[in-house]
This record gives sequence, C-alpha cells and structure tokens, in this order.
Amino acid sequence: MEPVEYTSTRLKNIEPDYAAFIDAKSLRRMSRIIKMGVAAAMECLQEGGEKNPGAIITGTAFGCLEDTGIFLTSIIEQKEEMLQPTPFIQSTHNTVGAQIALILKCHEYNNTFVHRGFSFESALLDALMLLNEAETTNVLVGSVDEITDISHAILTRFGLYKRFPVSNLSLFTSASKGTIAGEGAAFFLLSSQPSANAYAQLEGLATFYKSVDVIEIEQHILSFLSFRQINIEDIDLVITGRNGDMKGDSIYKQLENSIFKNKSSINYKQLCGEYSTSTSFALWLAANIIKSGTVPAVTGYESLKGDKLKRILVYNHYQNIHHSLMLVSAF
Amino acid sequence: MDKKISSDIFVAGVGAITAIGNNISECLSALKQGKAGMGYATYLETVHRQKIPVAEVKMSNEQLAGLSGFSSQISRTTLLSVLAAKEALYNAHLENIEGLRTGFVSANTVGGMDKNEMFFPHFLANPLKGKLRGVANHECGSVTELVADKLGIRNYISTISTACSSSANAISFGARLIKHGILDVVVTGGTDALTKFTLNGFNTLMILDQQYCKPFDENRNGLNLGEGAGYVVLVSERIAATLKMEPYCKLSGYSNHNDAYHQTASSPDGTGSWLAMKGALERSGLQPKDIDYINLHGTGTQNNDLAEGTAIKRLFDPHYPKMSSTKSFTGHTLGASGGIEAVFSVLAIKHGIIYPNLRFTTPMKELPFIPETTFSKNVLIRHVLSNSFGFGGNCSSLIFSKL
Repeated sequence: MEPVEYTSTRLKNIEPDYAAFIDAKSLRRMSRIIKMGVAAAMECLQEGGEKNPGAIITGTAFGCLEDTGIFLTSIIEQKEEMLQPTPFIQSTHNTVGAQIALILKCHEYNNTFVHRGFSFESALLDALMLLNEAETTNVLVGSVDEITDISHAILTRFGLYKRFPVSNLSLFTSASKGTIAGEGAAFFLLSSQPSANAYAQLEGLATFYKSVDVIEIEQHILSFLSFRQINIEDIDLVITGRNGDMKGDSIYKQLENSIFKNKSSINYKQLCGEYSTSTSFALWLAANIIKSGTVPAVTGYESLKGDKLKRILVYNHYQNIHHSLMLVSAF
Repeated sequence: MDKKISSDIFVAGVGAITAIGNNISECLSALKQGKAGMGYATYLETVHRQKIPVAEVKMSNEQLAGLSGFSSQISRTTLLSVLAAKEALYNAHLENIEGLRTGFVSANTVGGMDKNEMFFPHFLANPLKGKLRGVANHECGSVTELVADKLGIRNYISTISTACSSSANAISFGARLIKHGILDVVVTGGTDALTKFTLNGFNTLMILDQQYCKPFDENRNGLNLGEGAGYVVLVSERIAATLKMEPYCKLSGYSNHNDAYHQTASSPDGTGSWLAMKGALERSGLQPKDIDYINLHGTGTQNNDLAEGTAIKRLFDPHYPKMSSTKSFTGHTLGASGGIEAVFSVLAIKHGIIYPNLRFTTPMKELPFIPETTFSKNVLIRHVLSNSFGFGGNCSSLIFSKL
C-alpha cells in the first residue's frame, strides 16, 4: 500500500469497512472512536485466531472525546434539561474496552489506562505483568485516541501544531515549531508462548517521566539495555518518535549524535501524526518490520548494515514529559 | 518484569477526604455517629441544586487550595486528590520517600471536567475564546501528574479509569507493581469531584434518588453522587519491616472480571460481581466463611443492589458476613469510591469496627440477608471484602486481612 499524503495539520484516520469486523446492529450505535477501537481489536483477534482472550487492556489518553463534547455542549445549550443519555454512556473512558468484552462475551480481566503519553505503555505493562504472573497465556492489549473538531481547535490554540498546512511526507524538512495531529487504534494479541505465526517478541518496555536533560535520557536508555544484558551494538534499528517539532526533535537529534550514532534510524509520525498513544502505531510498525524483514521506504530508512533486522528499539517522548522504550525482537 | 513475583503487600498508611470528613479522623467520627454527608449542593453550580441531593466535600475550592498549596484554578479533582494522598503518606510516616522506588497510581473518571465546564460556554460562543488554563488539565492523567509532582513521586505514575471500579483497579495494579519488584512503595486509590457532567449524566439515566439513598433496601430509589478521594500506601514486605509503625493490614486478595452484559446495567445474576468476589477469595486462599465484613458496592440503584446481592447469595449462602454500604454516608464517589472504601475497610480491621448501612428499613424480597444498621465496635475482623462494580461491566473486588 502506498503512503497517503495529507496537506493539513490534521491526519484523519483512514477508516476500514467496519462491517467486516462489527455487526450492523452494533455499528449503528457506536461512535467513531468505539468503531476504530473495536475494529482494530477484532481484526487483531481474527488474525491471532483467538475468540476469548485472557484479558482486555486498553490505553486512551483522551477517551471518547466526541461524545464528551456532545454531552457537554448539550448541558450548556439545553441548560441541563432534557438531555439524551447515550453520549454520556459512551463518554466514559472504559467504553471501548467494555464494548470489546461485550461483543466477545469475555468475562476476563478488563482494564483501561488513561495516563496521557503513558496510556498505551501502562496498558502494555499491565499485560506483561499478567503474562508473567501466569494469570493467562494471552492478552489483548491496545490503544485508541481520536481527534475531534473541538479537541483539534483547542490543542491548536495550545500551539501543538504547525501554523501552516504541511505535507506529512515532508514533515521533517520544514524546520519549524509544532507537529501534525494524529489519531488511531492499534491492538495486539500478546502471548506467553511463541507460535509459528507470531510477529515478534516484545523483549522489554520501560517508561520514564520528565527527564531533566538528554544525559539523563541516555542513562535511562543504556540502563534499559544493560538490564537486559544487551549493548547498543545489538540494536539493528531505532524507531524514533520524531514529530516535526524542532524543539522536541532536538532530543532525537542529540541521541543520534551520541548513543544512537551509526545506528539505522527511522521515523513513523509522518504516517500517523502525533498523539498521546502513537507508540502503539510504532509497535505495530516494529512488529511488521521484524516479521517481514523489510523496512518501508517512507520511514526514511537508509540501511547502514543492510543485513539483519533482528532487534528494534523504539524510543518516543511525548512533549518531553512521557518517555518510553520498547524492545522488539525476532525470536 | 524478569524478576520473581514476591509475596505479601502491606497497607502502611491511609488518607481520605469525603463529604463526611476532611481527613481520616473526621470520617471515622461521622461513621461512628451515623452522620451522612448528603445535602443540597453548596459549591456545585447546577440547575438541579434544589432537587437532587449530593454528597459534597464541605470546603470551597479556595479552602482546598489553601490546604493543598495549589491554586484554586486547579481542578477540584486534583485538590481533593492531593489532600488525601498527602495524608496517606504522612499517616504511613513516609513523608520522606527519598531512596525508595515510589509510584503513584491514581484513578479518576472526570479529570479536570469541573474547570472545562467553565471554559466551554465561552469556547462554544467563539472557538477562540475561553481561558486555556480551564482545559490545560482536562485529561484524567493530568490530575495524577499534578499530584505526583506535588508529592515528589516520579519513579512510576499511571492513571486508571474504569468508571466506578477505577480505584479498586488502581490498588491492585499498584500491588502488582510491588510484587513484580518494580516499586517499593505505591500511593494508590482515586479521586473524583462533583461536576455538572456526571450529575446530568446520571440524571439522564434516571438513577439518582431525590431523597438520601437507601442501599440494599426494598424501597431503594437510586444513588446520590458524592465526591472525594481515598488512598492507601502499599509497601513491600521489605519496606514494611523498616517502618516506624506496624502496618495496618495486608492486601491479601484482588480480582477483576467483566460482566459482559450491558454498557451500563448489571446482569440480573451479577455474573461479573460473582466472578470478582470469587477471584479475590481464591487469590487470598480464603473461604467465603472467612470473610467477617463486606464493604458493599451498594449504590442504591434497583439494578446494582440486586445484581450484587444475588452474587453474594450465590457465593456466601448460608454463611453471610456482616455487610454495609458506606455510600449511605459518602454518596457514590465514582472513580474515588474504591479508594475511599478501601480506606474504610482497612480502618474496620484496624479498629475492629463495622459501619452501619444508613436508612435501611425494609429487606429486599429477593435476598435472605440484610445489611448492618448500627455501628459496632470491639469486633474481631480478620478479613474484609471490598466491592467496586462499574459501568462497562468492570467489576473488581479487594480483600484486606488482619496481620
């Protein structure tokens, strides 16, 4: 599939034919974020051949914004009278995880994490702990976040996005402030046992909060690797969370001149935009690269070693507050 | 993650702020005196003020801000959270957490919605208007971060939102972070402030009692919304041994299951509730007869109390423990309820007390048991089961055990 070019600061999701994943009756009642989340979860389970996962764990920073906005607007416009319950019911942060459970009739562990740029990573840590506890042998884990007209207007006022339309495919060449808004859903079936059709192994996950400088970030990355008894030399590819914002990207640039020097490094936010749970897109990309053994050209890949893609390190920071690392490997 | 999963989790401190008290000692005194916290709203601005009672914390934002060191422009959710979390750390004699791997896992459902409600009318009139500080901390996670920064906690922070079971899930997640050797100490529980958003939301569902709620009563007529925050300080066995005071009790069991029945209603047989209670018992290695007290989810709605009661009957019959819903005092504090009720459960063990289920008069015809109606002291309480069941079928139970 060819990468799609947007000339905008808002990368709206490319939506599938939801009817392939969700029955028509349920679909009619669902908001866009619920459709996105449920469809990603169902596609994941179909591919993994699992109908009743041992747990369902969701991460979402903003939750169901569309219905939140609708209900809040109606409270104000109708002065708290004669309100419809549906937007309120569908506004709670656990709606997507709950809908997945409802459709699957899955009574197992179900949790939703809502911690800004750590929402997906928290969900992933919960999943890894459950597998480590041998509570279950597989977990459905993912994230979902949506852009709405309201959220985009407000976040633009906060100065998060570029002040002019930009092509996502030349996001990294404009040397300006701000990024482009993204949204999306990604779900994964994590299993404690390797299987023939598995994509990759998630070897490690770590988060760190509000680092004081790049030296501290470097220390976190190096200790993350050494804890797993590997060196930076063992990493074949780095996926960074560059988002086109000059200031935020300077961290990745400094790392590429220090500990990531001479490493092949690629970016992903030109494909999905910036959002709090974009690391789920990065994990999806890393898993696909490991499985296929190829790196899409659109990521800016220039092979330095050219021979193997066995171990990928994903490093992302969200607004220099939430930093996360994922180590994804062949098995 | 690659480390061995260690054994016991201890409760070293507790903190709470609710409609019945601004701290643990005030809450305990109201529980003893049977003084409920409901009334018509003083601080929440709503057209329903004179119709729908709520359980408000009895302090203005300015007063809360003065005590917490935050600006009163910060959401009430955050103000409530920091006061209860600080009390819990102080109560554990852990004001100095330096050198300890400490985490803050907090739950909430409304985030900074109270401030957003003030921003939004201006924004609706003109998208370029409205002071941005009103939405700067809209996210649930922002509430947790502001408080973590105030407490000086940065090793691990996270936020959980699973409606009414949110903070029970935060507590079990916090415990597991210790078991996995990721943290030594976790301050965990939840917070929620009253907002127009939630009051109107529950009102559209027609489950708000216009009188004071009557959980587990045949003539129950819905819930009263409340607000507050409640936190426990969980520590590992190694840290517990170094504390100045003996820990309150252990967190011996926890379990999370989904009802998978309906987005807002509970299944008639309380499948999710039953699975959660059963799972918590199994994890703690206890039998139903070992439980001395159940702090019920007990919202007071027709549907919830019947589902929870039916699940209790299925699991406990014929040996029913004493039980009560402290929501008859605090109202339903949503994302904070699991935290506040965990605190009350811990205090029940510590002081050997059982709280009354206020305003109970008529047994439910479907159930062979009734809740406690009076305050009891000098009771030996070895194990307490605390239930938190929410929208989206999210059902969680915790078990606290005497040392």
